[in-house]
Amino acid sequence: MNFALTDLLPVLPEIFVLGMLCFILILDLFLADDLRFISYGLTLLTLVGAALITASTFSHMPVLAFSNMFVDDALADTLKLMLYGVVATVLIYARGYIQLRGLYRGEFFVLMLFAMLGMMVMISGSHFLTLYLGLELLSLSLYALVALQRDSRVATEAAMKYFVLGAIASGMLLYGLSMIYGATGTLSIAQLAATLPNVDHLDTVLVFGLVFTIAGLAFKLGVVPFHMWIPDVYHGAPTAVTLFIGSAPKLAAFAFVMRLLIDGLGGLALDWQPMLALMAILSMAIGNITAIAQTNMKRMLAYSTISHMGFLLLGFLAASPNGYNAAMFYVVVYVLMSLGGFGMILLLSRAGFEADQLDDFKGLNRRSPWYAFLMLLLMVSMAGIPPTVGFYAKLSVLQAAVQAGYLWLVVAAVLMSVIGAYYYLRIVKLMYFDEPLDAAPIQVNPDMSVLLSVNALAVLALGILPQPLMALCASAIKNML
Amino acid sequence: MPLLSLVIWLPILFGVAVLLVGDRNAFAARWMAFIGALLSFLVTIPLYTQFDLAGAGMQFVEMRPWIENFKVNYHLGVDGISLLFILLTSFTNVLVVIAGWKVIEKNVAQYMAAFLIMAGLMNGVFAALDGILFYVFWEAMLIPMFIVIGVWGGARRVYASIKFFLYTLLGSLLMLVAFIYLYLQSGSFDIQQWHQFPLNMREQVLIFLALFSAFAVKVPMWPVHTWLPDAHVEAPTGGSVVLAAIMLKLGAYGFLRFSLPIAPDGSHELAGFMITLSLIAVVYIGLVALVQTDMKKLIAYSSISHMGFVTLGFFIFNALGVEGALVQMISHGFISGAMFLCVGVMYDRVHSRNIADYGGVANKMPMFAAFFVLFAMANSGLPATSGFVGEFMVIMGAIKVNFWYAFLAASTLIFGAAYTLWMVKRVVFGAVGNDHVEHMQDISAREFLVLATLAVAVLAMGVYPKPFTEVMHVSVNNLLAHVAVSKCGAACAW
Repeated sequence: MNFALTDLLPVLPEIFVLGMLCFILILDLFLADDLRFISYGLTLLTLVGAALITASTFSHMPVLAFSNMFVDDALADTLKLMLYGVVATVLIYARGYIQLRGLYRGEFFVLMLFAMLGMMVMISGSHFLTLYLGLELLSLSLYALVALQRDSRVATEAAMKYFVLGAIASGMLLYGLSMIYGATGTLSIAQLAATLPNVDHLDTVLVFGLVFTIAGLAFKLGVVPFHMWIPDVYHGAPTAVTLFIGSAPKLAAFAFVMRLLIDGLGGLALDWQPMLALMAILSMAIGNITAIAQTNMKRMLAYSTISHMGFLLLGFLAASPNGYNAAMFYVVVYVLMSLGGFGMILLLSRAGFEADQLDDFKGLNRRSPWYAFLMLLLMVSMAGIPPTVGFYAKLSVLQAAVQAGYLWLVVAAVLMSVIGAYYYLRIVKLMYFDEPLDAAPIQVNPDMSVLLSVNALAVLALGILPQPLMALCASAIKNML
Repeated sequence: MPLLSLVIWLPILFGVAVLLVGDRNAFAARWMAFIGALLSFLVTIPLYTQFDLAGAGMQFVEMRPWIENFKVNYHLGVDGISLLFILLTSFTNVLVVIAGWKVIEKNVAQYMAAFLIMAGLMNGVFAALDGILFYVFWEAMLIPMFIVIGVWGGARRVYASIKFFLYTLLGSLLMLVAFIYLYLQSGSFDIQQWHQFPLNMREQVLIFLALFSAFAVKVPMWPVHTWLPDAHVEAPTGGSVVLAAIMLKLGAYGFLRFSLPIAPDGSHELAGFMITLSLIAVVYIGLVALVQTDMKKLIAYSSISHMGFVTLGFFIFNALGVEGALVQMISHGFISGAMFLCVGVMYDRVHSRNIADYGGVANKMPMFAAFFVLFAMANSGLPATSGFVGEFMVIMGAIKVNFWYAFLAASTLIFGAAYTLWMVKRVVFGAVGNDHVEHMQDISAREFLVLATLAVAVLAMGVYPKPFTEVMHVSVNNLLAHVAVSKCGAACAW
């Protein structure tokens, strides 16, 4: 492997983030508690800097680096820019919450940046090993983030579960990748795609490897039957961390699936399409039906995530550029809604009080018509009802799946989304039809209030004019394929 | 000037403005809502006056690209079929705002805003010529209605509102699947292109059924009507009025705009099925109405029965039938709205909807009783009221097709009279029933204004229906000519 100086340019954002996070890690040691805002500010500054670097080195054509292990293309740059935005939003939403719970510490910021670095590597990986390294960097940081609240028993339990299940998933993924390596003799995505047409598609080793790889991917995405960790981790983790787990990693997981399954194993589409179809229908069914039985908001949103990931699979299984556009649009929209949804829980939480029960949303319209309206938009969007952007997300994936000939799956999906509408409507019902249980005024930092409003209104604005975001996704995908 | 956009967005913008005024300033919210509703109605009048009676195509067309990725356009236009419903929607909206003036005390601004926004969205449904645009308006209006029923409704409002929402959503989503299929086949979401797009019999029947699931729920047709009595009973007066006067019409409109022209052979194939369901609604639901003890429930069932006439008129495929059905839709908009307002007037005074809690209301509220009796007569189809015109035309149309259709449909003239007049007799006439009735005050000037406007409309349409029917002639004939031509020809075999 030869090292060329030009290899450094595509990885400049990653190098910058790594440098900054080391700096923050060291600097934070010397900061008194009341100067902690410096670490916080520097973290935000890192994101801004990374965004500037990524934007200025935006490459429309794929640029490969480090012997084709790393790729910088339009998809990578678009997703990374979104990623910075999402992480910044998470930081701003989380600030009030973590300050009140003793989590406003350097570790929190550094772990978030490490997780983000992992995601950036996942987004840009063009080799099994890079992809795997990125995934592990993300996962390890997340395990630690979940466990960060040391004195909380649920959080520790959740971290343990997350770690054990995540390790199994990584093991399965690695096992699958090794089998594929055995069958094709390559670990590089591009070479794999080139080799596949010449390999027997019914080769037991190859198909075996594919199944394990998909199981590993499904674990990370959280689709049925590999979804068990999602509710417990979402529930147990501090809400600020749940917000993070529920948003940014979905972008990275999308890129991960795109690189591994579509770019690399696209030639085996006929083999993996039925698997995805089965997982999609199960996720939509189990996610939506189980969500109805939840009384905890975080658990409900966890099951809702599972069903959304089922919808996302509809886009992938279309195995067409139309489908990938739809999937990317879906994942971006989902992240936007998820940020808002968990943001609302953070908004209603205060010192010693977690607003994570459904009943905590009772009578919100009485307490604050504005936040109730924002939550209404988010819930309606998650249910996929126009004029919010959630509708177009569903429309995109549904039409892609119909085009691919999965009409029965689409009919099943719309039936499931009627079931799903019920529990989102229940939140609207609690907010608007019921009397408040809790009359305490809502205390919120102004930065969070503004950003949350922008977040929820974006759901409406993009619902009225979805074209720009759709075009953005389409152009990112087009230059990748 | 983009009139149709104005008709859609003006009430919505006023609704948003009313929301911004907020509940704390109820006075300003009410007046702003009233001005908004009135202006929104006034801007619809040029649609009627400038409408070209001889024009067969869409008029006041607006078209600009909206979502290029799916070739979706912001495409609006009206023809003789949709025009009157836009007028009806905007007209009803004014009355609803006035009717809720004093009665609504909780969250006034949100109440008024919900109705204004809903009116704009419903206008959008009638004006949309693009499948996705139609769908967006169609679904979006569920949200304000859900909130109206749930927040200002009666005791079982939560059950009723969620049932209403999920029932309609299920039907609509199947329609969406049909739209997606049509898009992928024809390469466009344009409704007029869909009208021309050839489909084989199997596709037509499946598309018809998918659309049926959306429209039949909305109409509602027997046996998917069960959400309506619940929604009507629990909704506040304004909600019931909008539901009965306009939302039900959306389903019927959908049949004319989508099912018939997109799947003409499918429509003919399934006409027997549709006529059967319609006649069951007319006869059976008429009998169900007879035994109701709750006034709102009675009117709700009466609505279902009357809407049975509408779908019957559509599926006998002649001009009398379709025009009669359209007249019936407008007329029912006036009459059912008026009936719900009348019940609302009594409910505000006694806080009961039970027939048994009243008796001898005429003694205490003579002016109100006069209106109530008039609307009841119209509801049972008395000649010289608007209720007669539509039913008569549909029966005339049906007799040309099959005597027994007409015979069964005509039974409504008996059942309709029976359930409506019997209710009126028990509520309005006789000796004063109890202390509550004893203390009832006759209608205020505001209530008089609302009821009188509707009374004039009902009588005018009954005596001289020409202004209503002349705008629809060309479009209806056009539609029937289109439906008469097979889309699949020799390939129509299954």
